[in-house]
Amino acid sequence: MVSVDGTDIPGSLIRVRHLNKQYRRGSETIDVLQGLNLDVGAGEFVAFMGPSGSGKTTLLNLLGGLDVPTSGSVTVDGDEITSMSARRLSSWRARHVGFIFQMYNLIPVLTAAQNVELPLLLTRLGAARRRQQVATALALVGLSDRAKHYPRQLSGGQEQRVAIARAIVADPTFLLCDEPTGDLDRKSGDEILDLLSALSRDHGKTVLIVTHDPRAAERADVVLHLDKGVLVHDPATEPVA
Amino acid sequence: MAIPISYNLRSAVARWPAALVSVLGIAGTVGVFVAMLSMARGFQSTLIASGSEGNAMILRAGADAEMVSAIALEEVRIIGDAPEVMRDGRGAPLVSPEVVVVAAFQLRSSGTDANVQVRGVSPSALEVRPSVRVTEGRFFRPGLAELVVGRNAAAIYRGVGLGATIDFGGQAWRVVGIMEAGGSAFDSELWCDAAVLNQVFDRPENIFQSVTARLVSKDRFSEFKDRLTADPRLTVQVERETAYYAKQSRVVTTLIRVLGFLVAAVMAVGAVFGALNTMYSAVAARSREIATMRALGFSRGSVVLSFVVESLLIAGVGGALGCVAVLPLNGFTTGTINWQTFSHLAFAFRVTPGLMLAGLTFALLMGFVGGVFPALRAARMSVARALREL
Repeated sequence: MVSVDGTDIPGSLIRVRHLNKQYRRGSETIDVLQGLNLDVGAGEFVAFMGPSGSGKTTLLNLLGGLDVPTSGSVTVDGDEITSMSARRLSSWRARHVGFIFQMYNLIPVLTAAQNVELPLLLTRLGAARRRQQVATALALVGLSDRAKHYPRQLSGGQEQRVAIARAIVADPTFLLCDEPTGDLDRKSGDEILDLLSALSRDHGKTVLIVTHDPRAAERADVVLHLDKGVLVHDPATEPVA
Repeated sequence: MAIPISYNLRSAVARWPAALVSVLGIAGTVGVFVAMLSMARGFQSTLIASGSEGNAMILRAGADAEMVSAIALEEVRIIGDAPEVMRDGRGAPLVSPEVVVVAAFQLRSSGTDANVQVRGVSPSALEVRPSVRVTEGRFFRPGLAELVVGRNAAAIYRGVGLGATIDFGGQAWRVVGIMEAGGSAFDSELWCDAAVLNQVFDRPENIFQSVTARLVSKDRFSEFKDRLTADPRLTVQVERETAYYAKQSRVVTTLIRVLGFLVAAVMAVGAVFGALNTMYSAVAARSREIATMRALGFSRGSVVLSFVVESLLIAGVGGALGCVAVLPLNGFTTGTINWQTFSHLAFAFRVTPGLMLAGLTFALLMGFVGGVFPALRAARMSVARALREL
């Protein structure tokens, strides 16, 4: 279930209320988000669309605790993250959020396996258990044979699959994807979307994706448009089940 | 948990030209720092090695060096009568009343003159100082104008080799022996009969400048000192020979150390700026990686630690390189004026493990200062903004 009008959905995983975000550019104040409301139930695959500069990435950053709102609240699984200290927020991110970026953001000097292992270093898992989970995550994205490769030795699609493995390896509460296919050719993009769909459909992961690409949005259960700082739910644009 | 150290190691290697500049800057600074300290340590060790714990050095009360001291023959006899003084097989006290003069000799290296300390000793000097031994030729014969030359003096000065005849003080002296004194100041001296030296330099026959006494036990020193200083017939001060030579080394050692610290401090400023530049550019080049780490859940503290560790790694390599670079200096012999005696003293650089540890610590300190500010910048950067950077 997804709602954007501020109506409480019982048991929603993500609840955003009256979210405002302003930026200052010199003497000018830019209102990016203006009283935005959102409720997302667990296991939903939601796509956010909108023109450049509409605040999609800003919304994603706020949902992931990477930025702080000017006002309003973001509550995830009962935790209000907008009131957390930077320190608590770091550990909250480690436990609850899996990020997937447009440019993959792999660490170039670490191998695929070491990149995937990074979130696990923030857990109490031992080395053997970490290795096992890394192997499982890489197998899930079909890159078991690329574990020892460095990012420069992988194609764009493979890099993004490593990034997905890194995002899911610690079994986070939800995935935040910022234009995950934006830097990929059509074939690789489709493979990534297949993976994200499978994660939502087969593994019950909650996936929130920001995209310009209508084909990517088609994969989502719900498509929300950012318009003048608020979300608009237009069921007519959603894929037919 | 901290960001894995392999990330920092590999990042530093990946950006090796910048890291190399820092490594070389720190290596140079540490090299100079350790070299200067090893010079001071060598000078100090040379003088301290001249003394023995079991020997006492007696000077006129108030004199801070042999050059300004005077002790009469009657006083030497009183000193020799003390029960704490060791005796030879014939029952004679092991005391060496000594006089020193400074004479100019030509250096082999530059051809210029340098002052040499010529020490007039008693025939029992070798028994008083068992660490000194004649390695070539023989010891001088009492009453003759004969010299025994220290090993370093023989190497440094022209025309003082075994068998040579030297003119100084209006007298022709024959070199009859070369002595080895374990790298101490005596290696830079020329020894002869004190009575002959007094005579040649028109000094009063029965006046000496110092007396060195070998004690029956080093534990009897306090007793010996108390006896002599309480004796109304004597106006002397008594020190352990080691303490006397340690004091002699203080001026030059302090000077070298102060100079060394000054030079190293100036160089350290440059090296720290080098490290700062390297680390600031590392932070700028890796801002998206840092933001990614932060997004994954690594805390600000982890980021600070990570960059400080990276800076310490670079500095550690530089420090180790600097220490290794000065290792060949260990044992290298050079010389300087000992300002207490106004004579040239040969000594060897001593690069000790302690000095290398000090050099490494100094390098890590530079690395810490050079790394902590860029690390703080890395930790404070906006994650959301840095993630958008290409």
